[in-house]
Amino acid sequence: MIYIYSFLFAGFVCMIGQVILDNTKLTAGHITSIFVVVGAFLDTFSIYDKIIAYVGGGALVPITSFGHLLIHGALAKAQDFGIIGLTMGMFDLSASGIVAAIVFAFFLALIFKPKN
Amino acid sequence: MEKKKYQRIVDSHKPVEHRGQNAFIAFVTGGIVGVIGQLLIELYTRFLDVSTKDASVFMIITLIFIASLFTAMGFFDKWVNFCRCGLIIPITGFAHSMTSAALEYRKEGFVTGVGSNIFKLAGTVILYGVVSAWFFGLLRLLIMGG
Repeated sequence: MIYIYSFLFAGFVCMIGQVILDNTKLTAGHITSIFVVVGAFLDTFSIYDKIIAYVGGGALVPITSFGHLLIHGALAKAQDFGIIGLTMGMFDLSASGIVAAIVFAFFLALIFKPKN
Repeated sequence: MEKKKYQRIVDSHKPVEHRGQNAFIAFVTGGIVGVIGQLLIELYTRFLDVSTKDASVFMIITLIFIASLFTAMGFFDKWVNFCRCGLIIPITGFAHSMTSAALEYRKEGFVTGVGSNIFKLAGTVILYGVVSAWFFGLLRLLIMGG
């Protein structure tokens, strides 16, 4: 059952993105930025947590989960250190994804040559 | 008259956009990526004996690796052109943008090319993600106490 929810939720998020892309002048960069902000906004009220509990991987795959991870890392540190903690914990949870993307991108650029 | 004729010729040569079809393709491919994510989480929890939270981190790293590798091998660009948001909105789009930027600017050198351009596309995601998460986090901290 969770696979069906995953499919529907991830597909729905991507479809919204595609509809925005086709019907406005916004580029893909605008849309991914908007979705990250939406993810962070939804977790201001813990909505995205509930979605993840229902949908599982389907909610973790879209870029909205990146905003969710950022705000949760920040809030976890803020529990101990107050407002300064917001800056300390920002990348705690999302570091793995960013580091993986940087490292893989660099080494693959070393190995492969661009094809035109 | 000439203008109208010209306009008609321009219109007839415009590429036809199938908006409904694009949305459907994005829905299906995005959904498939979501299912793959859930499948990987379940595989990792079962075979590596880790918690769901750790498994989801492994899953994200796996997807990033696959997307980066396919981008470097050259055929992921075609997939992205076909699926559009179906692959851009998932975390694969983030990895794709970084690897393609790294490959594209490779010829300008590793510091001035790759180093300064690798975040060209992914940078906006990080910038607006951090700024909005900081702002919303501050709101939540002040209003709801964390």
